[in-house]
Amino acid sequence: MQEGMIERSHPFRQNGISLISQLQQIQQEHGWLPEPELRRLSAATGEPLIEIYRVATFYKSFSLAPRGRHRVTACCGTACHVRGSAGVTREISKLLGVKPGGTSADGRYSLETVNCLGACALAPLVVVDGEYHGNITPAGTRKLLKKITGPEAGNGAAAER
Amino acid sequence: MVNLTMNGLEIAFEKGASLLEAARFFGIEIPTLCYNEGLNPYGACRLCLVEVGAPGRSRLVSSCTYPVQPGLIVRTHSARVLKARRLLLELYLATCPSSKIIQDLASKHHVTRVRFKQKNEECILCGLCTRYCAEQMHGHAIGMVGRGAERRIGSAFNKKSEDCRLCGGCSYICPACQARCQGPDEKSAVCGACLNLAPPCLDDHDDAMCYLDPCAACEMRGER
Repeated sequence: MQEGMIERSHPFRQNGISLISQLQQIQQEHGWLPEPELRRLSAATGEPLIEIYRVATFYKSFSLAPRGRHRVTACCGTACHVRGSAGVTREISKLLGVKPGGTSADGRYSLETVNCLGACALAPLVVVDGEYHGNITPAGTRKLLKKITGPEAGNGAAAER
Repeated sequence: MVNLTMNGLEIAFEKGASLLEAARFFGIEIPTLCYNEGLNPYGACRLCLVEVGAPGRSRLVSSCTYPVQPGLIVRTHSARVLKARRLLLELYLATCPSSKIIQDLASKHHVTRVRFKQKNEECILCGLCTRYCAEQMHGHAIGMVGRGAERRIGSAFNKKSEDCRLCGGCSYICPACQARCQGPDEKSAVCGACLNLAPPCLDDHDDAMCYLDPCAACEMRGER
């Protein structure tokens, strides 16, 4: 593209504010993106609120609703699917009492499914609080989740079955 | 100035302009849904696509976002372009048959059937309203929300924006908001209902020029 055309196409986008990294920071701090924080960000940077909201709703990794203290991410990509991620996801869902994409009522766990984590050699893959675990079987999920359910066992859905 | 070839004609046009602007300047008609002279080009509707490049190695690009380049060979109404445009219009008819502008464009391009599953969306995501709000009104009250099939026009947190001044520009500029005429069969995907009615004129306009485009009477007599 010629320069003139680019300038004409994006005249109000000359001063980038690194929106995504700012949103990541907010999310790291709160675990999700609360509305007052986004309004504050909009006021501080001058970026219109709708632009921030547009980016926040576009990316699946940003959440506009509160998420659980412990985050479990199950990969459902092609390689993981072929190696039985559906069974793993179902087992995790049963153990934590949370539907994929949801957060438990007590705000303790949330379970997410993603399309690929980029580590297909380790399929099926589960991420527990940012830690990657490969070659998970449905039978191995209980041991895997002990780390987050362990101290709280007996309370809530993670109780011994 | 940039020299290029458009539909076999050597033309010179201002640097930094788009192919669409050049074509319209020279009187070549290119249909658009998401383009407006007062707003930045967006390239969403794809109706303005043209063929660029030497024959055999050409490709389809949206002319509203493609800048004029020296020596570029452009064809705005080749068979390939017209075929693609008709397909696009057919898809638009399947998405949003209630729009007068889309129905008019479809009948102008002789799209008489819809082979796709019928939906009745109210929006074609052309982005005219969001651009109007941001660029002309400096409102930034509405914008695109979500992604993929869930993408829609909305306001932040689904609340009425404090920046909205109720100017009504978003519905004024919307190509889908203007409803088509409710003819005999308002549920049909292709309007063209007026073709079944008595033609408004037949023989009494020998020398007078008719500005109806498309005209039902001419259509019926097969003059188009």
